[in-house]
Amino acid sequence: MEIVPLSQISPDQVIIWSWGFITINATILYTWLVMAILVVGSWFVTRNLSAEINVSRWQHFLEVIVSIIRGEISEMTKKGTDSFIPLVGTLFLFICLSNILVIVPGFVAPTSSMTTTAALATCVFIAVPFYGITRTGVLHYIKEYFQPNFIFFPFHVMGELSRTLALTVRLFGNIMSHEKVVGILLAVTPFLFPVVMQVLGLLIGIIQAYIFAILSMVYIASALSTEDETHHHPAQQESAGT
Amino acid sequence: MDSVSLVAMASIFGAGLAMAIGSIGPGLGMGQAISQALAAIAQQPDERNSLTRTLFVGLAMIESIAIYCFVISMILIFANPFWGFITK
Repeated sequence: MEIVPLSQISPDQVIIWSWGFITINATILYTWLVMAILVVGSWFVTRNLSAEINVSRWQHFLEVIVSIIRGEISEMTKKGTDSFIPLVGTLFLFICLSNILVIVPGFVAPTSSMTTTAALATCVFIAVPFYGITRTGVLHYIKEYFQPNFIFFPFHVMGELSRTLALTVRLFGNIMSHEKVVGILLAVTPFLFPVVMQVLGLLIGIIQAYIFAILSMVYIASALSTEDETHHHPAQQESAGT
Repeated sequence: MDSVSLVAMASIFGAGLAMAIGSIGPGLGMGQAISQALAAIAQQPDERNSLTRTLFVGLAMIESIAIYCFVISMILIFANPFWGFITK
């Protein structure tokens, strides 16, 4: 069940179907598979929602997921939690599901390809100024780049670019390394030890999904208004003083 | 020694060296971070949620340095850009 051979590090190079200039590689196929599972599953569950006491178990399941995501986000930002749930929650659910489905034989996680993770990090890269500008206005957002003084402008820009690269390479490196390690261990010590590594890989996959969502939330929250921070600082000093 | 074996030798050697040296610093840093976080949780168990979240974010930041080294060594082994110059 080796979809990606051991000598390749990306499922992009596995061509499943091609016609003319249209090629469907393994990354696109499995990305659409994960998207279909998420969309169709949520669509079926949300068809008959009820506000009664007796709700279906799938509605309970979705409510638990959404309330956990909302609770995590609301601990990081003080106001406007619900405007971040569509982006951050979708990032988490997509990465988490594509990392969990690795246990299905024949499935290659689309996050083990650098194109997928680069696309996800680009979404965050675009979302940061989007939320910053809608919340604080264009002038205020641009003023943040020149914050202590104008010398720091290139450092702010480099920070934006390098953290996008860091998001990309972190997720890609973790998932790809797990697949390679399991593949190499299968050749060296078969049967038992790769299974243990698979369990560890599931844990790593879920933690990486959590970290990706939390980091994108941190980046977005850092671009929001600095009024929140000025409100916080006196309180912190008071608590530190007492 | 011809250039093909020279490039192969340097790539494999460099990949191993990148992982060996590049994982020392993040290992020390992550150990330090986890020990400090455990001490903080032991002192203030009520702040466990916020401490754990900050710990995970910080660990991800530290770990990404090791991941850079890993990706570079993977590129050297699996997708070496210098093969194109010598195997024409």
